[in-house]
Amino acid sequence: MLSSATDVPMSSLDPSAVQTAPMNLAMVGKGQFARVREVRLPKLGHGHDTNLVLRLLEIGFVPGELVRVVALGPGGREPIAVRVGGTMFALRQHEAEHILVDLQGAQP
Amino acid sequence: MTAATLDGVAERRIALLGNPNCGKTALFNLLTGSRQKVANYAGVTVERKEGAATSPAGTRYRVLDLPGAYSLNADSADEAVTRDVILGRLDGEPLPQVLVCVTDATNLRLNLRLVLEVKRLGLPMVLALNMSDLAKRRGIEIDVARLSELLGVPVVPTVGIHRQGADPLLAALDALSYKPSVPALEWQPPTLAEITETHRQVREILLQTVREPAVDTRWDERIDAVVMHPIAGLAILASVLFLMFQAVFAWAELPMTAIETAVSWLGQTVSQALPDGLLRSLLVDGVIAGIGSVLIFLPQIVILFAFILALEDSGYLPRAAFLLDRFMGKVGLSGRSFIPLLSSFACAIPGIMATRVISNWRDRLSTILIAPLMTCSARLPVYALLIGAFVPKQQVAGLFNLQGLVLFVLYLAGIVGAVLVAFVLKRTVGRGMHHPLMMELPTWRLPNLRNLLLGLLERVKIFLHRVGGIILALMIIVWALSTFPAPPPGATGAAIDYSFAGMLGHFIQPLFAPIGFGWEICIALIPGMAAREVAVAALGTVYSLQAGDDVATQLAPLIANQWSLATALSLLAWYVYAPQCLSTLAVVKRETQSWRYPLLMAGYLFAMAYLASFLTYQIALRMGAG
Repeated sequence: MLSSATDVPMSSLDPSAVQTAPMNLAMVGKGQFARVREVRLPKLGHGHDTNLVLRLLEIGFVPGELVRVVALGPGGREPIAVRVGGTMFALRQHEAEHILVDLQGAQP
Repeated sequence: MTAATLDGVAERRIALLGNPNCGKTALFNLLTGSRQKVANYAGVTVERKEGAATSPAGTRYRVLDLPGAYSLNADSADEAVTRDVILGRLDGEPLPQVLVCVTDATNLRLNLRLVLEVKRLGLPMVLALNMSDLAKRRGIEIDVARLSELLGVPVVPTVGIHRQGADPLLAALDALSYKPSVPALEWQPPTLAEITETHRQVREILLQTVREPAVDTRWDERIDAVVMHPIAGLAILASVLFLMFQAVFAWAELPMTAIETAVSWLGQTVSQALPDGLLRSLLVDGVIAGIGSVLIFLPQIVILFAFILALEDSGYLPRAAFLLDRFMGKVGLSGRSFIPLLSSFACAIPGIMATRVISNWRDRLSTILIAPLMTCSARLPVYALLIGAFVPKQQVAGLFNLQGLVLFVLYLAGIVGAVLVAFVLKRTVGRGMHHPLMMELPTWRLPNLRNLLLGLLERVKIFLHRVGGIILALMIIVWALSTFPAPPPGATGAAIDYSFAGMLGHFIQPLFAPIGFGWEICIALIPGMAAREVAVAALGTVYSLQAGDDVATQLAPLIANQWSLATALSLLAWYVYAPQCLSTLAVVKRETQSWRYPLLMAGYLFAMAYLASFLTYQIALRMGAG
């Protein structure tokens, strides 16, 4: 039931989303805003599971939500600190890769 | 109202449920004060906290503080317990009559989703808008009446850190009707579409009930810019850890000496009052010494947990974990493993108790398993004796003291061993799995003194109840092994030589011959299980020295004559890794709720110690240190 649900792309609120290159939250720079397009299992992943997708949605990474990368861990890549809907979460890279985002039109 | 008929017959059972960091525990502390009972849910390591509360109107409640959860679709053992309790699925845990959904009023956006999810279950519930004082100060206006109308449940503002802050909640609970029992509920994990739909409903409700200025994160961001900075942040973290480590070592020294003095005074008093014999020996060397060895851990536990609770409450601990996650992640641990491991340099007991800040069970288990490899302070007397007797006081490269250098190598050997074990665990148990982090970095706030003290009290109670008993029992067993049977009349050797410990020592000696241990060492290892530093006194006993303060000084020249350097080095290597501390195994049993992990720990530590000692001894022999 869960796997079939993840195959259905979440609707994007941004009509221009089709043209922009797919970008995930792990690629967003420090201090940048981004808008969540979709949360889904990464193609190349191993050991990922649908529960992680559900949990990310539950804590607020829903399509259309504005997020901001507040800090990067020492070493400059992972973990990342992301503010979403008034709450800050630390995510490892493999977690952030589940979240597809758009940078266009992502300003507060 | 049905409640009136229940008064005096049964207490009303309520449960607090909410997101992590919503101030739920503060509210629970406010409701129940020190009338709390901490235990474990059957068969799991999750802590069950229950307390009693009485409303101003005189109604009595039994309050269950459920583990914090983001969702009923459980992601951890904690969340699974919360889900199972409110679905009535947990054996021996009756379904609560009323649920109190605790929310952070400053962050309803995140908190309301869980409320809606739980509301669908149909249990009677009350919504508590906690931290409502903070919300007011931030200019957040909540239309409580409208919110209550939209949700269809009573909504009350609460303040977990004010004396009267829970009164509106108790009043609302008094006004509800209580059914004696409720049948188990049905629940299905949500689908993606359902979660998105719930979020949409949350937005809709917030739009109608909450007016808030744009989230003011200026203060938080200013603090975070420094605290989470790759360089400044790590410098601050190093200072905090240094202070904490110092405190655990230095501040604990005075109370620990006081406890030692008091215990030895008590021992002497009892000795003088009783005739020489078994009873005196049991009381003084078994019971009183055993109680002393339990109490001696308290100062370090209290100081360490005062720091940990304050750091956790303020929001610093998750940020420290954020900074350290990369380093610790490389060997398969989480950033939160760092503080427990650091504390283990003082003593593995508080360190292992501190692993409860690690939410992921696998990471927590790895941390527990490697904690005894951090060189604890109880190893120092053994190291000091052996280094003093065998390592010459000389300068190396004109700069370092050779004795100090050897000590450093011993500490390093422990750390390297820990990294290796963690790496092996990552490659075996955790193979192919991604370690989750997904950790909330909550808003900064001032730690609350009352919550801090209640938290400390809880830790101390748990240690004395659950661990103290096991340690005391083990101490008495070790005493019995070293005392019985008594030496035959006219015996010339040390009394311990004739006891079970002596026989055991002689019996296991062939096993230890390849690593260079004579029977004297083998015997001393057995009472040394009580606590590592006891091994020094035990060696004194084996060599028939008069007990006293200067056992170590008398012993040093003696063993320097009798042992080879290879044997001494081998014993040092042994103490780096060996499972020489029964108290540690007792606390692992308590924290993991099973004998499996303490046994696994003892087994792997023994194997590592044997291997290290074997290599050390054989190499030293080849190099002419025999």
